[in-house]
Amino acid sequence: MTAPSDTAPERLPDLVSDVASEPEPAPIPVEVTVNGDPRALSVEARRSLADVLNRALGLPGTQVGCELGACGTCTVLVNGEPARACLMLAVQADGTEVETVESLARDGRLNALQKAFSEKYALQCGFCTPGFLMLATALLRKEPDASRERIRESVSANLCRCGGYSQIIDAIESVATAGADATAGDAIPGDAVPRDATPGAEPTTAAEPTPGTDARS
Amino acid sequence: MNAIGTSVPRLEDERLLLGRGRFHDGVIRPGQLWMRVVRSPVAHGRIRGVDTSAAERLPGVVSVITSADLVGMPRIPVRQPAPGMDFTPYLQAPLATGFVRYVGDPVAAVLADDPYVAEDAAELVALDIEELPVALDARSAADLELECFGGHRAEVGIIEFGYGEVDEVFAGAAHVVSTNLRVGRHSGTPLEPRGLVAEWDDRAERMTIWGATKVPYFNRRVAAQMIGLPEHRIHMLETDAGGSFGVRGEFYPEDLLVPYLCFRTRRPVKWSEDRAEHFVAANHARQQEHDIELAFDEDHRLLGLRNEAWLDNGGYIRTHGAVVAVLTASMMSGPYRLPACRSRVHIVTTNKTPIGTYRAPGRYQHNFVREHALDVAATQLGADPVELRRRNLLDATEFPHRRAIHIFGSPMVLDGKDHLEHFDKALASSEYQAWREQARAARESGRLVGTGCAFILEKAGLGYDSAIVDVDTTGAVRVAMGGANVGQGIETVMAQITAEEFDVPAESVKVVLSDTDILPDGSGTFASRTTVVGGTAVKQAAEAVVRKARRVAGVLLGADPEELRVEGGTLFAPGDPDKRLTLAEIARVCFTPAHLRNGEEPGLIGRSTYVADGMTYPYGAHFAQAEIDPGTGQVRLLRYAITYEIGRAVHPQLVRQQILGGAVQGIGGALFEEFRYSERGEPQSITLNDYRWPRASDIPEIRLDVFEDSPAPGNPLGVRGAGEGGTAGAGAAVANAVRDALQLTGDVGALPLHPERVKELLRRRDGGDADRPARDA
Ligand code: FES
Ligand code: FES
Repeated sequence: MTAPSDTAPERLPDLVSDVASEPEPAPIPVEVTVNGDPRALSVEARRSLADVLNRALGLPGTQVGCELGACGTCTVLVNGEPARACLMLAVQADGTEVETVESLARDGRLNALQKAFSEKYALQCGFCTPGFLMLATALLRKEPDASRERIRESVSANLCRCGGYSQIIDAIESVATAGADATAGDAIPGDAVPRDATPGAEPTTAAEPTPGTDARS
Repeated sequence: MNAIGTSVPRLEDERLLLGRGRFHDGVIRPGQLWMRVVRSPVAHGRIRGVDTSAAERLPGVVSVITSADLVGMPRIPVRQPAPGMDFTPYLQAPLATGFVRYVGDPVAAVLADDPYVAEDAAELVALDIEELPVALDARSAADLELECFGGHRAEVGIIEFGYGEVDEVFAGAAHVVSTNLRVGRHSGTPLEPRGLVAEWDDRAERMTIWGATKVPYFNRRVAAQMIGLPEHRIHMLETDAGGSFGVRGEFYPEDLLVPYLCFRTRRPVKWSEDRAEHFVAANHARQQEHDIELAFDEDHRLLGLRNEAWLDNGGYIRTHGAVVAVLTASMMSGPYRLPACRSRVHIVTTNKTPIGTYRAPGRYQHNFVREHALDVAATQLGADPVELRRRNLLDATEFPHRRAIHIFGSPMVLDGKDHLEHFDKALASSEYQAWREQARAARESGRLVGTGCAFILEKAGLGYDSAIVDVDTTGAVRVAMGGANVGQGIETVMAQITAEEFDVPAESVKVVLSDTDILPDGSGTFASRTTVVGGTAVKQAAEAVVRKARRVAGVLLGADPEELRVEGGTLFAPGDPDKRLTLAEIARVCFTPAHLRNGEEPGLIGRSTYVADGMTYPYGAHFAQAEIDPGTGQVRLLRYAITYEIGRAVHPQLVRQQILGGAVQGIGGALFEEFRYSERGEPQSITLNDYRWPRASDIPEIRLDVFEDSPAPGNPLGVRGAGEGGTAGAGAAVANAVRDALQLTGDVGALPLHPERVKELLRRRDGGDADRPARDA
């Protein structure tokens, strides 16, 4: 079967767009740390962060369900906080640290939260899943022992059209109650917070540039 | 053999969790162009002109087409003809020709080398459309004669089912209860909007299409016929899909435009629908108005049911034809002992987005209408709603229960075990009587709390499907079948059914879905039929492989083929376990001359086609407890429970997923979701803020009990289909709970029960008027 090609490079008109009927706005340079890697780009002002992640940066995991900020499918973390990548322009991400679903796996293996989603049957089509995973990642970093009600409140920010929500809540709750230790070496997903960080302290240290990267400040 | 019936991990999960889902947008072909559809901004009009010149001049634009480019092309046909009904005048052309019939009707298509440029160019296409009067209400529009349909009436036809002397029964009945009920316009609206990619291979002179779901084989046939290409020049390949619910994957105008533009330009073409576009372009569903009457004897036994309904079909007849009307009208007869019935549905075109099948088509409506009318009847008869149902439900002595009705050519035979017993078990497991007590107590303390129940009749399993199972010389097991992955876990289930025959782990089986090069024909994924029909074809194909493996191994081992045991992908004689052969060893031997046979495929390959004789009729019950905020009119669900007779669950957790997810969608249609229109036919629900899906905070913990009391007699797996039972009863149970919370004597009038409607019901109740709100537009 002809698989969707990972190797055939897409034309990248996003980066160097053709001359339109109006004078072409000059592409704007953007430097952003994505999943720990510093990336330098030149993008048209109107391109969304989601489009640039998908098309220009080769990270197809972030999905788009509404393009209007209503569904949360496109949720990524920007400086550790959940953000809607369909609403945010790529140029607004300049100087930030962005985390996507591709950052969660450890050595290609599912992390504790991802495993819990599978074990609790929290995904069906999986289109909403990257958004819920990132939302839950941010929640559990700040509130590692979040209650079921708190989890329900938090995941009410995003929409799933296939499932009954309770299974998503079950999955997140199982990681929250298990605590980081119960998952045998698997950190809370994407955890950049030292284990002894005070729960509820300032958002996260993930907001800080990874040492050695060239994040603009 | 323990694959079937076990909740194995889903084979789909890992890639989806890693962000490596294979959705259509991830199909990126070199030199790919983007299509954007230019849609009508008016609901009904005569096209005076379409000026594409400015769009064509925009740099990056490759092509702009209108109906003038498609002259002579047939219109999009229906998938399932309805005997005696001519849909021809009402079919949709891929691009509007002469007239537009709804806001969103495709008028032109733009192809550009960048998606943003394609959108810019689409805005430069100038439409000159003379507006015509719009029809937005099916019942009152039925008699209109429409120029755009060559003078034909807006009413396409009437679907009628019935048996018994219904008018006589009503004339002599002790009690007759009648009511008028409406179901709002809502739909499946999957999270991933639709999308397709087509690529032309110049050397092979054929096209590959990614992104078709639901019915890829039908869609290939239609695309081939419309474009004028042999079918074998089109290769359909599966992708993951972000939900379907019956809506994604029908043959829509875009399913012609994408391959057509690819063929015309010989370049890869991608189309990704956006959300606002989806809300006006993809099939709507549900909207119907019903006049229902129930006749009872002195002892509250049902004697007859009469129903007249109008289906608001929208602008054109799409591929489902009359399926929604057929399922509404035929199944209105329901799960009860019902001596006489007549049920009619008028299919009427209006100036809205066309409708199609959405999860539990017809059943969402008939279950709501009949079950709500039963509650109204209970009040009027002074009966208890639970007891009224118990008195009339079919019991074990009456099955199989044949109705003098043929649905899609097959007799309607309710093939369950005992509806009454199921209801009694459901009442016990849900603790519904306690919910009623709580609600009563809460009402006494001044709160608006109520409960509602509904017994539902479902249907599943229809038509045929095909499968190929092969074991190669490395021992790898592969199954190809004609379904589609829409999130339901089909890969897992087909792998389980195959694995069961070879006693190998499900995850070792490679599942290929609707690849038209590997499996020449299949039916698709709809109507809760994939496991029932496709799964049976898979089982039979795998059995054929095992038969041949036994034959060959029997010769090699000098044993009776029937005596051989299959364990862990190995065949051995029970008395002599050292004499064993793996499937890989057997497969290799199959190609040697001694084991070749005239007319038989070499190797270990099994093929099967399974044709279902008729549908299976699962059943279940829904229970809701709801509280109404008297200030805002908001309905909050406090409790919800479902029971469902599955026959046999191949994968219990996937059954749960289907039913729970389906229930949330059904609740959405009962409380929140509605496509509203202005008086001019302009859609008012084009974002997920206006068209409100349930969120986690809207849904209580749902109690679900799945019973395996009555394996379906019509298929060897005994399965009954799980896709729609969670949706089918939600409108009914929620409406009944709201009615009880408000202590109405009449009906709730319409779904969804959004706050304004509930406040209106409250006002009327407290104003001492009749309960029913005035008909609103
Ligand atoms: S896609 Fe971003 S919020 Fe819906
Ligand atoms: S799993 Fe399909 S939208 Fe959530």
